[in-house]
Amino acid sequence: MSLLLPDSGLLFWMFLSFGIVAFILAKFGFPVIIKMVEDRKAFIDESLLSAQKAYDDLAKVKDESLLILDNARKEHVKILNEASQSKEMLIKDAKEKASLEAAKLIEDARKQILMEKDDAIRDIRRQVAELSVDIAEKVLRGQLEKKTEQMDMINRLLDEINVSKS
Amino acid sequence: MNSLRKILSLIVITLFLSTAFAFGKEEVPAAGKPEKLDVKELILEHLADSYTWHITKIGETDIAIPLPVIVYSKTTGWHVFMSSAFHEKGEYEGLIIAAEGKYKGKIVEKDAKGNEVKPFDISITKVVFSLLFNSTLLIFIILMVARSYKKDTFESKKGFVGFMELFIMNINDDVIKPCIGKDYRKFSPYLLTVFFFIFLNNLIGIIPIFPGGANVTGNIAITFTLAICTFLIVNIFGTKEYWREIFWPDVPVWLKVPLPLMPAIELVGVFTKPFALMIRLFANMLAGHSIILGLTCLVFVTVSLGPAMNASMTVVSVLFTVFINLVEVLVAYIQAYVFVLLSAVFIGLARVEPHHAHKVKE
Repeated sequence: MSLLLPDSGLLFWMFLSFGIVAFILAKFGFPVIIKMVEDRKAFIDESLLSAQKAYDDLAKVKDESLLILDNARKEHVKILNEASQSKEMLIKDAKEKASLEAAKLIEDARKQILMEKDDAIRDIRRQVAELSVDIAEKVLRGQLEKKTEQMDMINRLLDEINVSKS
Repeated sequence: MNSLRKILSLIVITLFLSTAFAFGKEEVPAAGKPEKLDVKELILEHLADSYTWHITKIGETDIAIPLPVIVYSKTTGWHVFMSSAFHEKGEYEGLIIAAEGKYKGKIVEKDAKGNEVKPFDISITKVVFSLLFNSTLLIFIILMVARSYKKDTFESKKGFVGFMELFIMNINDDVIKPCIGKDYRKFSPYLLTVFFFIFLNNLIGIIPIFPGGANVTGNIAITFTLAICTFLIVNIFGTKEYWREIFWPDVPVWLKVPLPLMPAIELVGVFTKPFALMIRLFANMLAGHSIILGLTCLVFVTVSLGPAMNASMTVVSVLFTVFINLVEVLVAYIQAYVFVLLSAVFIGLARVEPHHAHKVKE
């Protein structure tokens, strides 16, 4: 029966020791642990959220970069096309210009040649005329060695002039 | 597989040794005069508190650890001495340990008329010593765990601290939180303290050698204190609605006036709740200790039935003791768990808010 009656000395020690244990642990023990664990939980949740956000941001950035890359590629193709077009145009222009120039040169050359030819012909003609005059002079000198002949000549020429005057 | 074999061989060796021990023991009464073993007395003695910590008996000498006796007598004042002082003459400074009567096993003094009077006794008895030891151990363990949280933040813990974290948070989140409700934070340090206090005392109580083995939580003074604490917390933090439900519950009026039937029942309920807590823990731990002691005594009781019977019963005894010890480890946890669960439920019930239905009625 004594088992069922609380002993006063034991009660005293139990109140004392349990009181001290409860005081110490409820003040410095469990709240610290619970607080740290809950803080850590909050921290992990927050980290997960921010990681998710960072992941989303990264995906967005990736999309954007892909878009930029795509645009760049398009631009690249466009620029290349333009370049080739302008190249062709340049070549065409150059060709046209060159052919025009060549035509002009040929024309000039022909003109020059014609001019040269005319000059040459004129020269020949003058020389032929001079030669014929010289020859005529020599012939005339030969014929007009005598005074009579000279007089005849003068007469005749005068006649001729008169004839032509009349 | 390997560890299983190890355990098996360990059990076999234990059985063999205990059998050999039983045979050896058998020869002693054969040589001397056979003495009758009073199992009931032996068990009760082990369960009860004592002034010395008796460990074993080798031959005729008792091996025991003396514990300090602190007694205040109205007539002779304070007495502080070690309990080993009783061994010499059986009495010291007029104090004796009562052999029988109302104060059997307690320190008493004789008054002028020769009657036994119990002085104010706050001796460090076996249970008190164990209690102080376990309390210190508990404070040490929990503060050690708490300190490792102060050092580095947000690092997940490993080893013992990690285990304790799991344990504490399990009780906190799965028992206290759902039972009390929204303002559980105010009560969880107390309830966690109670849980680990009971659990540690239960566990140490199962260990049969020196710092363990005392029947701490199986002592009614211990459970009484714990129950009183819960009782005080429940009723001090009880809401207005809690008291209204006790004195003016929602039942037909004739149950309340003129004869306050329901209020009386409710009022009794206020006291039966902590009483149930007290008795449940006390009786469970007491019974556990009794069963283990009883099964161990089977070895000595069957000595008179002859060596064959004794040997076979020893095997049975060891097997059952191992089994019951394992059950007791489970019970140590379950009782701490149940005590805290019920305390949390009672606190939760005392924290009721007036529900909607009442407002409509009023």
